Amino acid sequence: MEMHAKKRVEIVVEAPLLNRLLGILDDANVSGYTVLPAIAGRGHHGSWSREGLATDAGRMVVVVLIVSPDAAPGLMTAIRPLITRQIAIVSVSDVQVIRGERF
Amino acid sequence: MSDVLSLATQNLLSPMVLFFALGLLAALAKSDLVVPEAIAKGLALYLMMAIGFKGGAQVAASGVSARMVATILSGIALSLLIPCLAFLLLRLTSRLSAIDAAATAAHYGSISIVTFIASTQALQSMGLDYEGYLVAVAAGMEAPAILVALLIARRYSDCAGDEPLGRMLREVAGNSSVVMLIGAFIIGWITGARGYEMIKPFIGDLFLGVLCLFLLDMGLIAGRGLREGRRQLSAPVILFGLYMPLVSAALTLPVCWLLGLSTGGSTLLLTLAASASYIAVPAAMRLALPEANASIYLTLSLGITFPFNLTLGIPTYVWIARSVIGS
Repeated sequence: MEMHAKKRVEIVVEAPLLNRLLGILDDANVSGYTVLPAIAGRGHHGSWSREGLATDAGRMVVVVLIVSPDAAPGLMTAIRPLITRQIAIVSVSDVQVIRGERF
Repeated sequence: MSDVLSLATQNLLSPMVLFFALGLLAALAKSDLVVPEAIAKGLALYLMMAIGFKGGAQVAASGVSARMVATILSGIALSLLIPCLAFLLLRLTSRLSAIDAAATAAHYGSISIVTFIASTQALQSMGLDYEGYLVAVAAGMEAPAILVALLIARRYSDCAGDEPLGRMLREVAGNSSVVMLIGAFIIGWITGARGYEMIKPFIGDLFLGVLCLFLLDMGLIAGRGLREGRRQLSAPVILFGLYMPLVSAALTLPVCWLLGLSTGGSTLLLTLAASASYIAVPAAMRLALPEANASIYLTLSLGITFPFNLTLGIPTYVWIARSVIGS
C-alpha cells in the first residue's frame, strides 16, 4: 500500500495558552488538529498534575497535528513567539500516513 | 469583643467552614479523597448561576439606582488601587522580585467569588440582607487588577510589555465564571421574583449543600497547594497573605460608609476587597507574566488568604460593618 511522508507536530503547552495556539493553527490553515488533556508530569519547573487545581494555570494540554513537510517550517515560525516565555515542548517527527491528500 | 468572638465561633462551626476544614485536613493527611474535576466545574457553575440569579432578582425588585452605579464604579476603583498598595507592601516587607510581587498583587486586587458566596451565606444565616447588585460589583472587580499589575511589571521587565492589554482583558472577561455570573444576573433581573420562584427549589434549597461540597473540594485543593508550595513562601509573604485582606478591608470601609451601603452590603464589599483571586488571575498571569513563580501566588492566595477569609475574615468584616455602618 502506498504511504505518504508527512510531519507530525506535537505541542505540549500550558492550558491557558491553548486558545491562542489554536488561533495560530487556524490562521495557518492547517487541515486539522487534536487536543488531548495531559494528566501529570515533571519538567524544569517541577512536578505538576491536573488533579487538585482550581484554575487552568498549572494544567497542561497536548496538541497533535499532521502537516505536509513544506508547511512545517512556516508553522514553527508562527508558533515560536507564543511559546518563547511559556512552558512548552514542541517536537516535529517524520510519519507516514495512508491518506496523504488529507494533510 | 465578645461580639466578634461569637460571630467567629458561629462561622467556624458552620457546615461550610467545617467541610472546608475536612478537605484541608484530608489533603494534608494525604487522603485519596478527591472531587472529580468535571463535578467541581459543574458545582462552580451552579454556584455562579445561583448567586447571579438571586442578585439579578433582587435588583429587579429594588430597581436601578445611582448608588448601584456608584458602587460598581467604586469597586472597580478599589481593584485598581489595591494592587498598587499590595505591590508596595510586598516590595517593602519581602524579598519577592518585582515580577513576583506584581503578579501576586494582581491576585489581591481581583476577587474570589467563592469567598463572596460564603459571605452571602454567612449573612443569610445571621438574617442580614444585602444589595443584590453586589454581584455585578464582584464581576466588575475581576479584571482591572490584572491591568494594573501588568503596567507595574512593565516598569521592571521588557518582556512584560509584549502582552496586548485589551486582549488580556477580553479573555478574562470571557471566562466561564464571569459569563455565568453576569448571564444569570441579567436573567434574574429580567425574570424577577416570578423567575426566582420558578427555579427556587434548584438554586435556593440546594444552595448550601452544594456550597459545602464545593468548599470540601476547595479545602482539598488548598491543602494540596500548601503541602507542595509552602516551601516557596517566606514568613513575610505568609504574613502578607494574612494582613493584606485586613488592609484592603480598612481601605474599603470609608467607601462603604460614603456609598451608604447596608450592613450586609458593606460586609460583601469588604469581603470582595479583602479576597484574592485563584481562578481567573493565575491563568491570566501564566499568559502575561510567565516569569512570575506561580507557586508563590497560588499557594498564598488559595492556601493562606482564602482559608483566613473563610474562617476569621468574614466574621471580622461582619463585625466591622455592624460596628461602623450600624446594625
